[in-house]
Amino acid sequence: MPHEDYLNAAYGIRSWLLTTDHKRIALLWLGSVTFFFFIGGIFATMIRIHLLTPTGALVTPETYNKLFTMHGVAMIFFFLIPSIPAVLGNFLIPMMIGAKDLAFPKINLLSWYIYMIGGCFVLYSFGTGGLDTGWTFYTPLSSVYSNSAVTPAVIGIFINGFSSILTGLNFIVTIHTMRAPGMTWFRLPLFAWAHYATSLVMILGTPVVAITLLLAGLERMFHLGFFNPALGGDPILFQHLFWFYSHPAVYIMVLPAMGVVSEIIPTFARKPIFGYSFIAGSSIAIAVIGFLVWAHHMFVTGESTYAALTFSFLSYLVAIPSAVKVFNWTSTLYKGSISWDTPMLYALGFIGLFVIGGLTGLFLACLGLDIHIHDTYFVVAHFHYIMVGGAVMGYVGGIHFWWPKITGRLYPEALSRAAAVTLFVGFNLTFFPQFILGYLGMPRRYHTYPPEFQVLNVLSTAGASILALGYLLPMLYLAWSMRYGKVAGKNPWPATGLEWTTDSPPPTENFHVTPEVTWEPYDYQNRPDLGLAAGSPLPAPAHGDD
Amino acid sequence: MQSQLPFYPEQASNFAPHVDALMLFITGICLFFAVAITAAIVIFFFKYHRKKPDDVGVPIEGDSRLEAAWMVIPLILAMAMFGWGAVVYVDYRHAPQDTLDVYVIGKQWMWKAQQPNGMKEINELHVPVGRNIRLILASEDVIHDFFVPAFRVKMDVVPGHYNTMWFRPTKPGRYHFFCSQYCGTNHAIMGGWVTVMEPSDYAAWLSGSSGGSADPVVAGEKLFAEKACATCHVANGAGRAPSLNGVYGAPVLLADGSTVTADESYIRESILQPNAKIVAGYQPLMPTFQGQLTEEQILALTAYIKSLQSQPVPAKGAGIAPPTGKK
Repeated sequence: MPHEDYLNAAYGIRSWLLTTDHKRIALLWLGSVTFFFFIGGIFATMIRIHLLTPTGALVTPETYNKLFTMHGVAMIFFFLIPSIPAVLGNFLIPMMIGAKDLAFPKINLLSWYIYMIGGCFVLYSFGTGGLDTGWTFYTPLSSVYSNSAVTPAVIGIFINGFSSILTGLNFIVTIHTMRAPGMTWFRLPLFAWAHYATSLVMILGTPVVAITLLLAGLERMFHLGFFNPALGGDPILFQHLFWFYSHPAVYIMVLPAMGVVSEIIPTFARKPIFGYSFIAGSSIAIAVIGFLVWAHHMFVTGESTYAALTFSFLSYLVAIPSAVKVFNWTSTLYKGSISWDTPMLYALGFIGLFVIGGLTGLFLACLGLDIHIHDTYFVVAHFHYIMVGGAVMGYVGGIHFWWPKITGRLYPEALSRAAAVTLFVGFNLTFFPQFILGYLGMPRRYHTYPPEFQVLNVLSTAGASILALGYLLPMLYLAWSMRYGKVAGKNPWPATGLEWTTDSPPPTENFHVTPEVTWEPYDYQNRPDLGLAAGSPLPAPAHGDD
Repeated sequence: MQSQLPFYPEQASNFAPHVDALMLFITGICLFFAVAITAAIVIFFFKYHRKKPDDVGVPIEGDSRLEAAWMVIPLILAMAMFGWGAVVYVDYRHAPQDTLDVYVIGKQWMWKAQQPNGMKEINELHVPVGRNIRLILASEDVIHDFFVPAFRVKMDVVPGHYNTMWFRPTKPGRYHFFCSQYCGTNHAIMGGWVTVMEPSDYAAWLSGSSGGSADPVVAGEKLFAEKACATCHVANGAGRAPSLNGVYGAPVLLADGSTVTADESYIRESILQPNAKIVAGYQPLMPTFQGQLTEEQILALTAYIKSLQSQPVPAKGAGIAPPTGKK
């Protein structure tokens, strides 16, 4: 390549491990979260194979319990939570707002090292006896009764929490202080709004789960009675503290994905997003209300009827801002110029799966229904629709959307569209049958089940094999494209964000001159630099909220 | 139980039709929105497919009236779901008065049930059809959950707490019950069968193999003597502790001026943490029995204290401690 960019600016292992360039750090994250995704994926594969027969086809009960626990821990704490913020957020937020880097580049690198140290503790736990408490670590099972390697795992997750906190802090300060001239709050890309909301949750929620797991660890190591009733503790207290973070953590996973979708849809419909301020505001509303719904995980623990009524009511409220986003995305398609490029397929797939995931949340928030479907496969299906159908589709879609910017190369389009469709179909085949299984009464976390549940389990496993193919394909062709893909150019789609005005891959300082923003977000009408038939179809009938 | 591929399990309790109706109601609304959104996306996807490579879309910024509509309408529907769900739940959480009480104890990895006459079962539960059944749930170790899909109800079984659940079986038969809160290695095989019987069959079954020796009231009375409870809890109310005659189900006035109803949870707490709630007019003298009694022994003591209900109420004490009790 003729010009110098962030990739060829320096060579050697030290230039990566000691870098403070947010783009290089993002690639360190890309490698490490992909590694944990593989680990979690292998566990998931073994789970699905095991459940092919009612008596369990593959492993012992102990091993099965470890598989689903380690699957959850690897995927949630070490893949889903960092994936979009630490990879795409890290790479893009400074570029989207016209900055050279994040506000605290060294702290940004520290976040990654903290994650790696936490990851090592967790891998140590996996390798030395495994972990069989469920990713929820409910006491007193985790703090007293489990014989697995709980202590290193909770230490690892405790350490990892600081990584999340520091990343969130970095994003908030960066978005507040480092916006380029003309980049007002209401010209911010919705991706940045989503990450701002996510960062609030990371900063306010993570300390609580870190302390909670530490308390469980202390109870296990030193027999301090926090949660163990035999020592005067209260096991339900653990659940309150755990879900105070772990429910908002769902929004840490899905809000950034919503941010990705809010970038992709206007780009591939080539028009401003419908209801910008409502989408931006709904991210904040989700982050705030999301902190007030945690005890909906506890409707059958014996919590008071009044508490249950309150948390059910608030859970229904948090559904509204999510619905607002879906309606606005759908309306953005109206009278668009819609291309069928791969990122758009992922974004639309995201909407479809998120709608099912979100709507089935209404079933679980319903008190009278939750007494039946709580802790069944209905819940498993619901949260996989949100976290895999939502967060992972958003992540993979975002990787495709910004791949030309990250690597300067394009991937094979036909193959990538086929992979997106494979992923969508495989996902639905895997998880839709689990809704029915749950309503029929199959509880979660069962290594063996009554024979009447077998048909649906076999269907689910068959779907999982298609889903696995849908994940493997992008890994292969994306790796291939880094060397052999077509050169992308600055702005292949073209998209309106600031990150697309600089070279691909960008130079180390992101922009050769500090950009100045003179246009509204997702504006295709006043952007002659994009080389499109700007403003041609109709005189702008713009009306509405802003 | 199901041979084909059904979409819901058998309906065998008073709650089952309500839960299924809720399910249909919410499914209907959600299906409408899911289909409408999917249809809109698919139609727009094809109708507005880009014709020329440099085309752009029509710039439409938004519409406040639409935004208001799609906030308010879903909110109203959500409140309907909330309200209906709340009605079913409140019913479920408030057992009627005339229940047949069965004690259920969960431990890694089995269930023990004890009928009112003391008959014990393991991983089985026999109940008469048409009666309101209340299960009083206790755990010996970790959190479990008693779940009967055919009844559409479940409740966590939490160590250190008593939880209760109730249902009225409506159809004789044998139904799976499961542990649905993950509890360790053999969580998946910690289940069994609920047998719903005609009342006459149930009575015959109860008398068939039960022995008076297993009566929890008898066992509780023995423990009450062994643990020297009677030294202070004197029946006529003249002891250092309140009389327990007739206390079960009665309101109890506490030293801080509040009143509690003496249910199973209160009795359990008073045995394990005697200082948590002090009866008005009495000193906090009682030692804790935390860790000294098994869940079954606590249940036996509770059953015995409940049985004191029918005994003559003493002149002094009367279950409700007089504020002018002895100093």
